[in-house]
Order: sequence, then C-alpha cells, then structure tokens
Amino acid sequence: MKVLGLILAGDKGKALDKLTKKRASAAMPVGGKYRAIDFTLSNMVRSGVRKVGVITQYNPRSLMDHLGSGRDWDLDRKHGGLYILQPYADEEGMYWYRGTADAIFQNMTILKRGNEDYVLIGSGDHIYNFDFNALYDYHMISMADITVMTKSSKEYNTSLYGTIKTDEEGRILQIKEKSEKPAGDLINLGVYFMNKKLLMDLLYASVPNEKYDFLNDVVISNLKVLRVMSYKFTGYWKNIKKSVQEYKRINMDMLDSDISTELFYENGRIFTKLKDLAPPKVTPTGSVENSIVADGSIISGRVRNSVIFRNVQIKSGAMVEDSIVMEGSIIEEGAKIFNCILDKNVTIRSERTYKGYEEPLIFEKWQVV
Amino acid sequence: MILAGGQGTRLGILTEDIAKPAVPFGGKYRIIDFTLSNCANSSIYTVGVLTQYKPRVLSAHLGIGRDWDMDRKQGGLFILSPYTASSKGEWYKGTAHAIQQNMDFIDKFSPKYVLVLSGDHVYSMDYNEMLDFHISKNADVTISCIKVPLSEASRFGTVITDNVLRIIDFEEKPLHPKSQLISMGIYLFNWKVLRNALVEDEKDKDSQHDFGKNVIPKLLSKETKMYAYEFEGYWRDVGTIHSLWETNLELTHPMPALNLYDPNWRFYTHSEEMPPAFFGKGSNVIKSLVSEGSRVWGEVESSVLFQGVKVGKGTVVRNSVVMTNTVIGENCLIENAIISENSIVKDGVQIGIGEEVENEEFPSIYNHGITVIGEGVTIPAKMKIGKNCSVANFLDVEKMGINLLKSGKNLKGERQN
Repeated sequence: MKVLGLILAGDKGKALDKLTKKRASAAMPVGGKYRAIDFTLSNMVRSGVRKVGVITQYNPRSLMDHLGSGRDWDLDRKHGGLYILQPYADEEGMYWYRGTADAIFQNMTILKRGNEDYVLIGSGDHIYNFDFNALYDYHMISMADITVMTKSSKEYNTSLYGTIKTDEEGRILQIKEKSEKPAGDLINLGVYFMNKKLLMDLLYASVPNEKYDFLNDVVISNLKVLRVMSYKFTGYWKNIKKSVQEYKRINMDMLDSDISTELFYENGRIFTKLKDLAPPKVTPTGSVENSIVADGSIISGRVRNSVIFRNVQIKSGAMVEDSIVMEGSIIEEGAKIFNCILDKNVTIRSERTYKGYEEPLIFEKWQVV
Repeated sequence: MILAGGQGTRLGILTEDIAKPAVPFGGKYRIIDFTLSNCANSSIYTVGVLTQYKPRVLSAHLGIGRDWDMDRKQGGLFILSPYTASSKGEWYKGTAHAIQQNMDFIDKFSPKYVLVLSGDHVYSMDYNEMLDFHISKNADVTISCIKVPLSEASRFGTVITDNVLRIIDFEEKPLHPKSQLISMGIYLFNWKVLRNALVEDEKDKDSQHDFGKNVIPKLLSKETKMYAYEFEGYWRDVGTIHSLWETNLELTHPMPALNLYDPNWRFYTHSEEMPPAFFGKGSNVIKSLVSEGSRVWGEVESSVLFQGVKVGKGTVVRNSVVMTNTVIGENCLIENAIISENSIVKDGVQIGIGEEVENEEFPSIYNHGITVIGEGVTIPAKMKIGKNCSVANFLDVEKMGINLLKSGKNLKGERQN
C-alpha cells in the first residue's frame, strides 16, 4: 500500500501569544530538542509513508529551516521525499489559502502526480507517537471511505476540541466543532485517512464552489453519503497550540516517566534536525533534578522541574525552576527564574529574579533582561 | 590518509572485538571522530581510512562519511581495506606498507601533499597551520611534534632538531630519550618524496614497513628536508585503559583542555537519534557528562555516561565511564570502572570495591584500580566485583552462577565463534 502524507502546518496558533509571533505553531520547540511537527512527520515516516507534503502559510521560515531537505527524517529520496507546499502566485492571481481544503486543492499536482493509493492527512501541531499501520488496517477492515482518528474526551476540555458521536459500530454520525455541548464522548484528533481518488473528487466538488474548509466541507457535509469511521486512539495525544498553559504542560508531561517512555523510547524514535553538539554537562557547582537537558548545554546552577533545550548555559548560583529554557539561552550567575518560558537566545542577566504567577512569564527571542 | 587498522592491545577487552579507532569516547564519540573532525574542520574532504583489524564496527560508523560532511561528488571518504590482486593478496604489513598498497588511490587525485594521520588519538588540531609551516620551510617532510615529560618520552618516537626546527635525529622508543619532543604520528609529505620512499621501502627486505621505524630514519639519513612542527594544543594518546579512563574523566572538569562545546570547532560523529538526557526525581548528578537518551534516577559523580544509559534509584556511579545503552539497576555502587556498551548490571551490584590487588594475569593492562566490564555482559544481582578486574565481552555471568570476583581477577569466557 502506498500512502501520501500531508501535514497541515500553516497555522499561527494565536493562543500561544508571543511564542508564535515569528513562527508557525508546527515549528514550536518542544521537549528539549524537538519541534512540534517532528512527531507527525516521524510517525508518518515510520509507518511507511515515503512522500510527505507539508502545507505551510503563516511565517514558514523557521519551519523550512528546520525541515531542510528532509534528510533527518530520511526523506531526501530519489523517489518520494519531502515537499514544502506554500501559497504561490500564478497567472490567475495571487491569494492565500482560504481554508484547509483550499490548501490541499491548490496543491492538486502532488495528488495527481504520484502513484499513491491513499492519503493520510495529519497536523503539525500534535504531540503523539503512533504507528499508522494500525489505522490503515482498521480502515480496510471496517470498509471505510474516510477514517478519522479520535480519542475519548475524558481528559480534555471539550469546548476547545471538535467532538464526535458514533454508532456502536464506530461509524461517525455527528461531528461538532468546538462547542459547549459536545456531540459525543470522543474528540477529533484531526487525522484523516482516505483513498486519494476519493479525496480528489471531494475537493473538486467543494473548493470550486467556495467551500474551503476540509472538516466542514469535505468530511462533515458527506457524513450521510460516505462511510466515515472513527479509529479510537488510546495513547498520549496533545495539541500544542491550545494555550500557553497547555504548551507548558505538554513540556512538563515529558518529565513523567510513563509519558516520556511512550513518546520517545517504546514506540520507535521521533526524529529531529541533528545538530552535532557535545553531551550535556553538569559541572561541580551544578545540580539537576526532575528535568530534561539536551545536548550542548552546560549546567553550573540549580535546575528543578524544567525542560532545558540545546546549547543552554546555566551559570553558577543561578536557579531555574518549573521553567522552559529554549536553545541558546543563558541564565547568568545568581539569576533566578520560576515558572518562565524563555524563547531562543534569551539572556537573563545576573542576580535578576523573574517569576510567572498564574500564567508563565514569556521572554521573546533574543531578549536580554 | 588515516591509519586505522591498529588493535591497541593495551586496551584489553575493549579492543577484543573492535579496532582501537572505534573505541567509544567522551559520551557519544569514537576515537577516530577526532581525527575526522579535524580533517573536516581543516577543510580536508578527500580522506582514505586504512582499516585492517576487526573493521566491522568502524566501517559501519564511517558509512559514506556523511556525518563528517565527506559524502562528496568530488573526493570524499574512502575505506581502504587490504585486498587481493591477481598475483597475490596480502595484509598490511606495517603503516608504510598500508599506504604503499594504496599508492594508485593517491595517484588518482595527484595531490601535492599527503597528510598521514593516525586514528588512535584524541586531539584538536588545524592541519592548515602545519601545512603553512611546511610550505614556509620549503620542507619535504614535516612531523607534528609535542613536548612531553622526559620520563614519558621513551614510549614515543623522539625528535631532535636544530635551532630552525630541522630534524637532525629521530629515535623510535629510545631507552634513554635525548629530547622531550615526540612525534604525534602526524606526517605531512610532499607526495613525490613519500612515493619514492614507499617504493624503495617496499623493495627493502629488512624493513618492517613502518613509518617510525623505517621510512622516517631512512629519509633522514638521506638528508631529506625534514622539519618538526611543534604543536601546543590538546593531544592525548588514549592507548591504555588508564589513559582512556582518565581522558574521559578529564572532560568532566570545569574547564577541560579539550573543549567539546566550541561552536567554531565542532566534533562530529555518527550517533543515534535519542531524546534529551532525563534526570528523574531524587537524582543527584554532579561534575559529569550525561548524554542524550540517558535516564538517571540515582547519584552520578565525576563520570561520563554515554547515550541511552540508565542508572536506577539508589545507585551510585562515581569516577566511571559507562558506555552506550548499558543499564544499571537499583542500589548499585560503581566506582572506578569502565562498563562497555549494551551491558546489564542488575540490582545491588558492587563494582570496584575492596583492596587493590595487582591483576594476576595482565597487570600491564588492568591497573590503577580500574575495573573493566566488557560489552553485552550481564552482571547478576548483588554480585561483588573488586578492583583491577576484567569481565570478558558477551559473558552472561548470571548463567555462570558466579557471585564474586575478587580484586585482580579476570572473568574469561569461551569465545563462541
């Protein structure tokens, strides 16, 4: 079976405030060395997807820099490989993608050209580790036209997610976008699997008629005529762009042994851009507890309950608690931070103290404070 | 041309299954990475690696040289193993013979200079400075040299120069060294000069075909323009268990002489993709390197943990080197040890305890109180292992029903071939 992967990565992620001022949410750094998109991209590659199109729109610079030629995901190939699909101008004019269905429609060539039979649509914002082969199998056995990945809504605030109602067999009867009254006890994980020809037909039937949204105009409007099935996922799954609090919680989740084992050790690797940095080092004045520390970092201060990205320097006498410190940041001597999120290359000057209260305190890229 | 065929007999079980250049070092590297990274950082992208002894791990590590940016359309990295020709096939008989056998390879690139390097040393060096020196002296041969204490000079080839650094005498491992200046095994040749010397050396029936023993003294006797380039940076010969252990532990010092964190002089390696290092609740890590993929719940002090190492709750690891994917259980005590890759140390094990006793069979290999555990070994729960011990690769000590290894003893298995 040949599967084409499409990753929607064009969104800004407004709820992430200053953190997505200059990057798409799919490019959000997470878990010490990853970007959000690494999870879906790695899941696809490990599930046998050999060609992946990444659909971008909102400031894709940092995303493109991260993806490069796709080499780190084994996608620099003579057959297949990585395609970055950006909005473009042509003879008929220039316009941004008007919705998710439009975004795929504008890139119809990638669908037309390849020899894939199926399309797997994912999002660059999701944190989970999953082998899609189980989804393919379910799709075949249940004779679905479209399979949608879902999860029990138990741990989720349903007003922030699409909710789904199915019949006993798992056929989807109703999908409601973010609403106070959920349709059923499942949430929509935004992962869709379907025949490529069927997708093309549905897109031709909707986009030219000014119906631009994939979920509404391709999936929901066809619930009655197509067999749309729910594949229930039971593992860890989070959306990075719901809120700053949630973003922080996802990072802190990775300090939980069970979650980090599920995400990083048990189900195959999550790949990311390699940087050839030396192993992290704790010096004689440093101490680290309940934290993760990435390559190239040197810890001479005290670190507790935190996520430390690559190439971070925490100088002696400094204290970092309950915080996220992104690549290249420096905490100078004696500085203290509690409940803070430091974007890349932030410098906290010596002896300063910063504390986030209900919301984490965010420092933007290159800030010196 | 990197000489990477050596066994490194003084590294005991660590080089029983791999060549010395493939021995792991510094948390994620192998020894040869330093020479290869120096080449890449010096913009040398046409590199031949001469392999012979147990090359499988080394070859897999090198691949097509991609990790050192040596997967090139022009030049690149070439693994040069001994081969058979229509008339005869033979092993490399010595360092010079290895190069001589590959003269046609070098001719293909018609280089002006050939740099002969060793894959056995940990160092950081810009070869361009040596080349500038070579050109400025209008030399035929330049040997990179470093000063060591006179007491240690007898382990190396010593070099005596005049006041313009021209070499007037060279002694390989002299009993009574006359100079503190030793050869680092790094030779820069004008290719024509080297080519002629190799052709001549091949015809010499008495020659051992070794650079230090034969080729260099012979060239010197002919008054070749040979100069000593005095190197003042970081260079370590990690040829013994003690020096390997010590050089690893040096990296945990606050300001080590070898800076692995210099953005302008990176060391590259072929490493596995692993998540960041994880420090669990109740862990206590001080003065150590903890590589990616490692998970620590215990106490680690003055140690180097490689990728994917696990240290369980209540365990103390001190002054030790623990290599890739080795798992140490709970409530263990590990001191002054090197534990090789993929080993399992079960709960309550103690390593490096008791009195120091000289190793009964190989005192010249296992000494300084350091105990070495081989790769793929299983140490059963509560086992006690003393100082200056060794446990051979791939031993399942649990199955052997042994629970105690006294200081100075070696556990050897029957090799399953």
